[in-house]
Amino acid sequence: MSTVVTDTHSAHDAHDHHDHKPTGIKRWLFTTNHKDIGTMYLWFSFIMFLVGGSMALMIRAELFQPGMQIVDPHFFNQMTTMHGVIMVFGAVMPAFVGLANWMIPLMIGAPDMALPRMNNWSFWILPFAFMIMLSSFFMPGGAPAFGWTFYAPLSTTYSTDSTALFVFSMHIMGMSSIMGAINVIVTIMNMRAPGMTYMKMPLFVWTWFITAFLLIAVMPVLAGVVTMVLTDKYFGTHFFDAAGGGDPVLFQHLFWFFGHPEVYIMILPSFGIVSAIIPAFARKPLFGYASMVYATASIAGLSFLVWAHHMFTTGMPTFASLFFMYMTMLIAVPTGVKVFNWVTTMWRGAMSFETPMLFAIAFVVLFTIGGLSGIMLAITPVDYQYHDTYFVVAHFHYVLVTGAVFSIMAAAYYWLPKWSGVMYDDFLSKLHFWSSLISVNILFFPMHFVGLAGMPRRIPDYALQFADINAIVSIGGFLFGFSQLIFLAVVVKAAMKKGEPAPAKPWEGAEGLEWTVPSPAPYHTFDVPPQVK
Amino acid sequence: MNVRLTSLLLGLPALFLAPMAHADSMQLNLTRGVTDISEKVYNLHMLVFWICVVIGVIVFAAMFWSILRHRKSRGVTPAKFHDNVKVEIAWTVIPFLILVAMAVPATITLIEMDDTSDSDMSVLVTGSQWRWHYSYLDYDIEFMSNMATPREQIYGRLPRTENYLLEVDRPMVVPTGKKIRLLITSDDVIHSWWVPEFAVKKDANPGYINEAWFRVDEPGIFRGQCAELCGRDHAFMPVVVIAKDPADFEAWAQGEEQRLADRRAEEERLLGMEMSKDELMQLGQQIHMSQCAACHQPNGQGVPGVFPGLVGQGIAVNDQTAHIDVVWNGVSGSAMQSFRNTLTMSEIAAVITYQRNAWGNNTGDVVQAADVHHFSQGNQ
Repeated sequence: MSTVVTDTHSAHDAHDHHDHKPTGIKRWLFTTNHKDIGTMYLWFSFIMFLVGGSMALMIRAELFQPGMQIVDPHFFNQMTTMHGVIMVFGAVMPAFVGLANWMIPLMIGAPDMALPRMNNWSFWILPFAFMIMLSSFFMPGGAPAFGWTFYAPLSTTYSTDSTALFVFSMHIMGMSSIMGAINVIVTIMNMRAPGMTYMKMPLFVWTWFITAFLLIAVMPVLAGVVTMVLTDKYFGTHFFDAAGGGDPVLFQHLFWFFGHPEVYIMILPSFGIVSAIIPAFARKPLFGYASMVYATASIAGLSFLVWAHHMFTTGMPTFASLFFMYMTMLIAVPTGVKVFNWVTTMWRGAMSFETPMLFAIAFVVLFTIGGLSGIMLAITPVDYQYHDTYFVVAHFHYVLVTGAVFSIMAAAYYWLPKWSGVMYDDFLSKLHFWSSLISVNILFFPMHFVGLAGMPRRIPDYALQFADINAIVSIGGFLFGFSQLIFLAVVVKAAMKKGEPAPAKPWEGAEGLEWTVPSPAPYHTFDVPPQVK
Repeated sequence: MNVRLTSLLLGLPALFLAPMAHADSMQLNLTRGVTDISEKVYNLHMLVFWICVVIGVIVFAAMFWSILRHRKSRGVTPAKFHDNVKVEIAWTVIPFLILVAMAVPATITLIEMDDTSDSDMSVLVTGSQWRWHYSYLDYDIEFMSNMATPREQIYGRLPRTENYLLEVDRPMVVPTGKKIRLLITSDDVIHSWWVPEFAVKKDANPGYINEAWFRVDEPGIFRGQCAELCGRDHAFMPVVVIAKDPADFEAWAQGEEQRLADRRAEEERLLGMEMSKDELMQLGQQIHMSQCAACHQPNGQGVPGVFPGLVGQGIAVNDQTAHIDVVWNGVSGSAMQSFRNTLTMSEIAAVITYQRNAWGNNTGDVVQAADVHHFSQGNQ
């Protein structure tokens, strides 16, 4: 290890000029460059997106018809569990960290992230975490089958030994997230270009700044709760076992104290992305910049006070249910402010509809649908009916897929010219957008109905009255899944530099320091800090 | 698997058209249910739903208006405004007031739903992997309620019938017009007892007791299922409740008490009798399929790493007393539950005999109810 460090260091000293980089595998293994690390995060998250997506397709294939046709119920539970874990921790979170790595230094005029070696490490432990997690498929009894929420005692007394691998890989992912978050905070606090005050930062920087604090606050809680699961299972503790004085519901309180802020960790950076893209293509400044910042901060603050809305049916005291219902409803206020701001930004602008804008508009519409069903779910008495049904599945896929994932797609198209130096294939990108938009709604919208009609989530087989809608949903699922291969083609084409050369600022209305550097962005940027007026 | 996949793909276009054929019979909304509470819940659901629809329509209308009108291709000049304190205060305060309007009826309904006092009758509901147990605290009645849908339907060897996956061997029976208090708990993992038509969904937490209640006014059959992921057969854990007129309910209760008394008497009688090996094997196979096959599989192979196999190894071919012990007491800290309250002694004897002789185990052992009784005496 030490030789490695010396090697790169001396190499760096020997050729200290612009754009030098080691070639081959060494460049990627030992890199401390924020752009390289960002690229690796983004590719990693896309691979995980396809892995988690193929698990979703297995789920949808089994649910295409009533009856058990393709997989065993136990394997089905492994699929739902790993699909959730991989999409949350492997696809969405690393994608945002990748975007942060690429864009935050470029947006604040910094030469790199503040802690580049830690940056390297926080990426490179991730593939190992997921290799450990995925290797559990080859254990007797297979991978974890207790849902991504791993409720005790299903995950303790009643789980297979893959739990140990699950816990270990969760620890590694948590470390990676915490290091990434520290890096973001330190970079933003210390490395802004002269003149860039906090209230001049782009909203993507602001939302990530707040997200990073959420990560630091809740990832240790996750680490604690997985450790308690581990000791309950293997070392004779009884945190979640009533027989030894514990309480299984305690697990849920701890998990959701992590889990709810986690939901906002996966959506706040989206707000930043959309707040960059909509003004660029409406050719009009973002409406209500300051209120956007305050709304983000209030959502983050409230996220610590709403966790038990995931637990209304656990038998909480009425007073607690009421408290968590009121707090949850309150979140609608700052979230509404954001949606109104985006719509008002479009109002009386001069809009054009390039692919990033299409994804951003789809984000605003579909995320709003997910937000509105969120208000319905907040109402405790009716949540008793919705809880653990496909209505919930529809809700959180609207906010996570057409919310978080669509915003990531929007960001990829928006900044791809800056990353690759070429314009993406416009036809393919539009094809990707329209096929995704249509199929994602065939996939998730009917889930609302089947959930209201009473279909529980996480079941491999269902009563006959749910058959028609499940068939439609499965078809939507396959269409959406295969549509993402178009995105792969677009990105590969751009990565191979096939396309029109991109100017430094390919979007007429775009604002920000990232558009002042050439496309593709040189390996080292802002060696001399720019002056922000 | 390949054959199945092919038939799946070939059937795809047909299934896509199928929904249109009988869309009128498809339920797309929450049920109104059959209780006062479920009606209130439904009305609350519709209220919040329409508020959300109106908000959505206003927001999307404004957005699509500007998408249509304020586009560069129409040659418009973009405006420059980026702040308006009055508007921003308005769209903070108005949503807040709308939320308060929703919170008031929600609070009233929730307080009513959580009030389990002054009930007429209590039933202890215990979930276990993967069945419900009902114990009537005001009667001498208790029974297990298993899913009645045969595996042949699940695996497509028999046509699926109307109440596929939503039918049980012994439903819960309640009188109409009475406030029924449920005490809900679990023997193993967390389950959740849910009947949509009562708007009751309450988690069954091991070691803790939750309360819920409902009052049905009209007789009927109401179906629901477990709503919390509880392991392999989570999908196969239905709830069926039959509401009867109080007189009919009393008749049922008497019959049920009599049935339990008869069963105990029969148990006593069988202790002194020997069943033939064929009888034991026949009964044992039935018991294995209904009680054991979910984990240990119909062919006794189990699921490697999760549920132990019974063929040629372990408990089913070794010490017979240990085998009785496992079935009688269960294995603490595992999914293997105790069957002493689920099965009669003769049923336990039969299933053990079956497992020790089926699938080529051929131990030749014959276990009689008396052996189980002998074990239970020595054990207590």
